[in-house]
Amino acid sequence: MSGARDQVLGAVRRSLKRAPGDEAAIDARLAQHPRNLVPARGQLSPTERVDLFEAQAAAVQASVSRVGALAEVPEAVAAYLREQNLPGQLRVSPDPTVADLPWAEKAPLLTVSTGPARDADAVSVTPAFAGIAETGTLMLTSGKDRPATLNFLPETHIVVLKASQVVGAYEDAWDLLRQAEGEGVMPRSVNLITGPSRTGDIEQKIQLGAHGPRRLHIVVVEGGGA
Amino acid sequence: MSDTPRKPRVGLFVTCLVDLFRPSVGFAAVKLLEDAGCAVEVPAAQTCCGQPAYNSGDRADTKTIAAQVIRAFAGFDYVVAPSGSCAAMIHAHYPRLFEGEPDMAKQAEDLAGRTHELVSFLTDVLGVTGVAAKLEGSYTYHDSCSGLREMKVKAQPRALLNSVARLERREMPESEVCCGFGGTFCVKYPDISNAMVERKAANIEGSGADLLLAGDLGCLLNMAGKLKRRGAATKARHVAEVLAGMTDTPAIGEPKG
Amino acid sequence: MQSTSHAFKDNATRALGDAQLQKAMENVRGGFIEKRLNVVEKLPEFETLRDQARDIKNHTLAHLDLYLERWEAKVTERGGKVHWCTDAAAARDAVLEICRAAGAKTVTKGKSMVAEEIALNQHLEANGVTPVETDLGEYIIQLRDEPPSHIIAPAVHLTKEQVEADFREAHNHLPKDRSLSEPVELVSEARQVLRQRYLEADVGITGANFLVAETGSSIIVTNEGNGDLTQMLPRVHIVVTSLEKVVPTLEDVSTILRVLARSATGQEFSAYTTFSTGPKRPEDLDGPDEYHVVLLDNGRSAMLGGDFQDMLRCIRCGACMNHCPVYHAVGGHAYGWVYPGPMGAVLTPSLIGVAEAGQLPNASTFCGRCESVCPMRIPLPKMMRHWREREFERHLSPASVRMGLGAWAFFAQRPRLYGLFSGLAARALARLGGRKGRLSKLPLASGWTKYREMPAPEGKTFQQLWAERQRKGTGS
Repeated sequence: MSGARDQVLGAVRRSLKRAPGDEAAIDARLAQHPRNLVPARGQLSPTERVDLFEAQAAAVQASVSRVGALAEVPEAVAAYLREQNLPGQLRVSPDPTVADLPWAEKAPLLTVSTGPARDADAVSVTPAFAGIAETGTLMLTSGKDRPATLNFLPETHIVVLKASQVVGAYEDAWDLLRQAEGEGVMPRSVNLITGPSRTGDIEQKIQLGAHGPRRLHIVVVEGGGA
Repeated sequence: MSDTPRKPRVGLFVTCLVDLFRPSVGFAAVKLLEDAGCAVEVPAAQTCCGQPAYNSGDRADTKTIAAQVIRAFAGFDYVVAPSGSCAAMIHAHYPRLFEGEPDMAKQAEDLAGRTHELVSFLTDVLGVTGVAAKLEGSYTYHDSCSGLREMKVKAQPRALLNSVARLERREMPESEVCCGFGGTFCVKYPDISNAMVERKAANIEGSGADLLLAGDLGCLLNMAGKLKRRGAATKARHVAEVLAGMTDTPAIGEPKG
Repeated sequence: MQSTSHAFKDNATRALGDAQLQKAMENVRGGFIEKRLNVVEKLPEFETLRDQARDIKNHTLAHLDLYLERWEAKVTERGGKVHWCTDAAAARDAVLEICRAAGAKTVTKGKSMVAEEIALNQHLEANGVTPVETDLGEYIIQLRDEPPSHIIAPAVHLTKEQVEADFREAHNHLPKDRSLSEPVELVSEARQVLRQRYLEADVGITGANFLVAETGSSIIVTNEGNGDLTQMLPRVHIVVTSLEKVVPTLEDVSTILRVLARSATGQEFSAYTTFSTGPKRPEDLDGPDEYHVVLLDNGRSAMLGGDFQDMLRCIRCGACMNHCPVYHAVGGHAYGWVYPGPMGAVLTPSLIGVAEAGQLPNASTFCGRCESVCPMRIPLPKMMRHWREREFERHLSPASVRMGLGAWAFFAQRPRLYGLFSGLAARALARLGGRKGRLSKLPLASGWTKYREMPAPEGKTFQQLWAERQRKGTGS
């Protein structure tokens, strides 16, 4: 294997015929990760950003509801499931943000279990790491208490996003992630999710719910949501 | 330092297809340029811009022909062609041919900077905003590829045609899609070329216009030939003929008299 | 995959006569172009982002060895393993070896053009490992035992009626009287059938749209979510990719992602953009135990530093073929190998040789629509012309073409002789055209007159008439 590695890298170097001495510049670029042009679209005040996020998410067939505090999330989830005529069994991420919500107290009709997704789970609830306003995109990260399977296996995926987590652009989200994880460090899985699963593979007509969730519902927690 | 400004000296690059098939396009171009205040000359030492060789991968012959064009059109203020394709060849591709030959590259750059497609030259360089022509009927316009994408010709012909009295525009769908001519392409890949020009002809007929106009004779021969084969009533002309008011000649591929 | 690129002309003629295919190709013309235009109009910075995306990739390619080394170091640091492969055979074997070590019987696969390039499915099957394609389009063509006809919409050449027939044949455990005529029903059925396959698979294989040097991540961009299920459920995840996919930083990839989906499907962003970095960590509750990257060269390193380096900027969005009138006319299979359309016409000769694939860069009118929409600003027509030049230099172009061109070039370089000859031709052709003003048959131009009339010349050349005008002194 190391033979092939040398062969490939040797072939690259022979073709490039580059003078040596660019290593420092390359390392600096990786360390500094300078921004390129960031579109103006997401560069807004915090409340405008949340509005843009909601509009963009809706444009890709996600639904959004807003609550005033984390404690109101269980009722919002129960209301959504009722409106959609969906079952009341939830598979909730073990992350305390969502696992420790007052489910039993505020939504006694729901059955709640926590852990990674199983095939039979119909509805999942997970916390977001960030929301990106420019395209209504959610950033979800894996890690302790945050299984990634919850984002893909169930037919209905509900995401809890604090308004304070909504940033303008992808670059802003990377900065948040670097603050949380460290420079150059990524969680095993980082999912940028923009609307529910879809396919256009049959005659280019868009159908939702190809393999991942058919429905993506986002509960935005405003004010004091920290 | 003279008081009356000198007329711009324009060298007309006739193009091989106009020379052989449709001289009336050349005379229409001359009239439009003269009406706009240019002194037009036609160097005898021109044949073709070299695209057949260039697009067949024959770089050596292309360069010889390009050098010939560069010599023939030295000294003109502007070089104008009634074709987006030939103008683009000189404007966009000649300089690339002589990479690594500084002297020729400089001459090619110099020519490239002076070379224009006819209609956009009238509007964008000379500031022409209208013509005195009149024509009863309706037209649809095909945006030939090189003119559209390499010379940015799109609004200019429509703007001038808008000033032709009694002439109505009827846009067709996919006016920016290639007609399938492609120089030698149409004889190297006749079946594919045919599929493309069939679709184009259907779009032209679907527009309901009496007249198909375009700025490149190659595309026009292809589309007119297909329209005739289909038995369509739509006539085809080069845009210069209409703008110059020179429509008494038979349209392309139409019977004489 | 066995190439039929040398038979492009015959392939094309067959495709033009295929009514089903022609019906299906209307879907390409209809959807992609308008959707792209709509999202591009909504982002004023789009053209600048294209410039920057091009520059990022140019910078990366110029330092590709350095970025690959740094990317690999990060992958290794995170517990992943990189398998360097000089050619397709080495890559196939590397994947098979990993599957064997895992004791794999079935593997699920997300869509990967590199896997197509190395004919991975055939190799796995021949060695007792069953690959299951999970992208809906790929699944459909796997049932039909066909290659993809488009790099992002593999089954775009099919109608829903054909898919229904394939599903009825393949899913014969389901009730025969079920309704299956609507796309929504077909999608549901595929979801149900494939769900079990994800859960059973021992190994999941995906491609990668990008590799990030800063973090050692591989990225897949999908809409279905099949790639994610493929890579997170089995014990082993294998990424099959090629060396030009690396980009420096998360910021750089963000810029390129902004032009990717917009150019490809006309979406602002695809539904799922997933960054995978190494295998499952001690604290993780799910994810694969092993993370491998099979990294393919297969001719790419030789493209660096030469006429075709720009092609390595390609991010496989498919915009070039979505806008190509030749692709629209003949579909992707006519191109005869893995990569169709304009990007295939440039890339295929690089990967399998111009002697085999020389037809592809010739089958273009140089209309330039591909370059005008390429998010990475790859000068596709220019590179097709480079191939024609190689062919011409190596005397690969047909003798008849060379002779005709030679004769024409002889006259074109001698204006007096040319004038004489064109004068004679104008008169002769005008006579042949007669009062009709056109010719229905013309020897040596049957390719033209088979399908269209040849408008006749007016009778004299412009140069003759101009000389007459000058002599009469009627010139201005």
